[in-house]
Amino acid sequence: MTTARRSESSDNGDDVTRAEVAVVACAELFRDAGEIVASPMGLIPSLGAKLARLTFAPGLLLSDGEAYLLDADGQVEGWQPFKKVLDVVVPHGTRHVVMGANQIDRFGNQNISAIGDHARPDRQLLGVRGAPGNTVNHRTSYWTPKHSKRVFVDAVDVVSGVGYDNAHKAGQAASRFHDVHRVVTNLAVLDFDTPDRSMRLVSVHPGVSVDEVLEQTSFPLDTSRTTETRLPDAEELRLIREVVDPKTTRDKEVPS
Amino acid sequence: MDKRMTADEVAAELRDGMTIGIGGWGSRRKPMALIRAILRTDVKDLTVVSYGGPDVGLLAAAGKIRKLVFGFVTLDSVPFDPHFARARQSGAIDVTEYDEGMVAAGLSAAVKRLPFLPMRAGLGSDVVTTNPDLRTVTSPYADGEELLAVPALRLDVALVHLNRADARGNAQYLGPDPYFDDDFALAADRCFVSAERVVDTADLSSAPAQSLLLNRGAVTGVVAAPHGAHFTSAAPDYGRDEAFQRHYVACAKDPEAWPSFVDRFLSGDETTYQSEVTRFQEAAA
Repeated sequence: MTTARRSESSDNGDDVTRAEVAVVACAELFRDAGEIVASPMGLIPSLGAKLARLTFAPGLLLSDGEAYLLDADGQVEGWQPFKKVLDVVVPHGTRHVVMGANQIDRFGNQNISAIGDHARPDRQLLGVRGAPGNTVNHRTSYWTPKHSKRVFVDAVDVVSGVGYDNAHKAGQAASRFHDVHRVVTNLAVLDFDTPDRSMRLVSVHPGVSVDEVLEQTSFPLDTSRTTETRLPDAEELRLIREVVDPKTTRDKEVPS
Repeated sequence: MDKRMTADEVAAELRDGMTIGIGGWGSRRKPMALIRAILRTDVKDLTVVSYGGPDVGLLAAAGKIRKLVFGFVTLDSVPFDPHFARARQSGAIDVTEYDEGMVAAGLSAAVKRLPFLPMRAGLGSDVVTTNPDLRTVTSPYADGEELLAVPALRLDVALVHLNRADARGNAQYLGPDPYFDDDFALAADRCFVSAERVVDTADLSSAPAQSLLLNRGAVTGVVAAPHGAHFTSAAPDYGRDEAFQRHYVACAKDPEAWPSFVDRFLSGDETTYQSEVTRFQEAAA
């Protein structure tokens, strides 16, 4: 089945890598996004955003990680210093951020702050950064390169990015623009399209079984509509390999 | 109107228990020469407000911080500062952990002389549960939204590093990002600026006028500090010294290596620091 789909999708007969599937899954986060700021944190989401802009999401605005917005040719097309991000871009909401997650739970609460008790953590991480503000102001997705029970936990230690249950509890001001979209991993794509906004297994990457994802997740997942993650088409593969990531840095983050 | 002073004179203005704001962002344009001068004093029990980088790590390692108000501490190209991690994991410092935007809002409230500013950021997150003093405010208008009231972050002293300044305290950034240095300056009772070069006022006009981030009314003292942001970046004068930052991280991770780093780089004055850095770079080249 997988082999058949591969030959349909890419005429060159090359074997598509898991990293390339993950890049396309991250690109798909931005389908129909329009002229918004895409803020992908981490390598695979960055490659995905660039691929999306070169194909089905040409309107995306992308930063260089510093203060400039660069177009697809690398030309500076805008100025976006950190102050503008926090004062204007985040609260205005025309943005989709893809953050990492040291921990994530069933309702999409994410932790990048610390492991253990916040007062005296076992392991200090980055801090909550912009996760609380991002999640209550605009669309947020997550990327994790290692889908495991250590990441997909029953309860996160420090709620940094706000999940559906906590946004609801915090009231209208928190839930009004709250929009945790999807979680992309090295194994699967997940979302929260269920009646109680708990996590759902949207698709497993080719070569990954539903059971494998369930085994690597601490909480139950709705698998009633699970499909297979699509493969890149021939043009997407060419763009990934020749334009977006010619040095194959993607294989370091997601080994095949 | 000559506000020039030395880094050590700035450090001598600090008192135990003060709240100080530090400009820059992560491992970018940090007033490191001023931080190094603080390390040479006996001042302690500081409350530090910072978009944290190695400024926080160094002050924590030297036992200067009682409390940190922060959204993150990172060295950018290296995710975590080992000293900060150790300070947190040993319970050596208290923290007020905010969303990045809340730090900006708190500074902005202080600048505007408001008690708080309302925002969504923080609602529903553990920022609220770990800071039980935070309060919400209900919109008096028809929407009735209950928003977080981020309290003003008033500072005793702000320390920032810019590319150019004149002796009067007018100060200029030449890189792509002002960060929050203007808010830090105006949120503070006194702001001390270190600059790559202190120049004639007329020379400030060689860049666009909007690069003049601070006017002299906001500045108490000016320190000439070439390479004063090292090892953080001060674009376009220089980028981050990645090799030195890696050396800092390696030494900070290893309690046995750290004393020799302190001995070599931090126990002398700024001139000694800069000459040892040059020797380090030459040895690595």
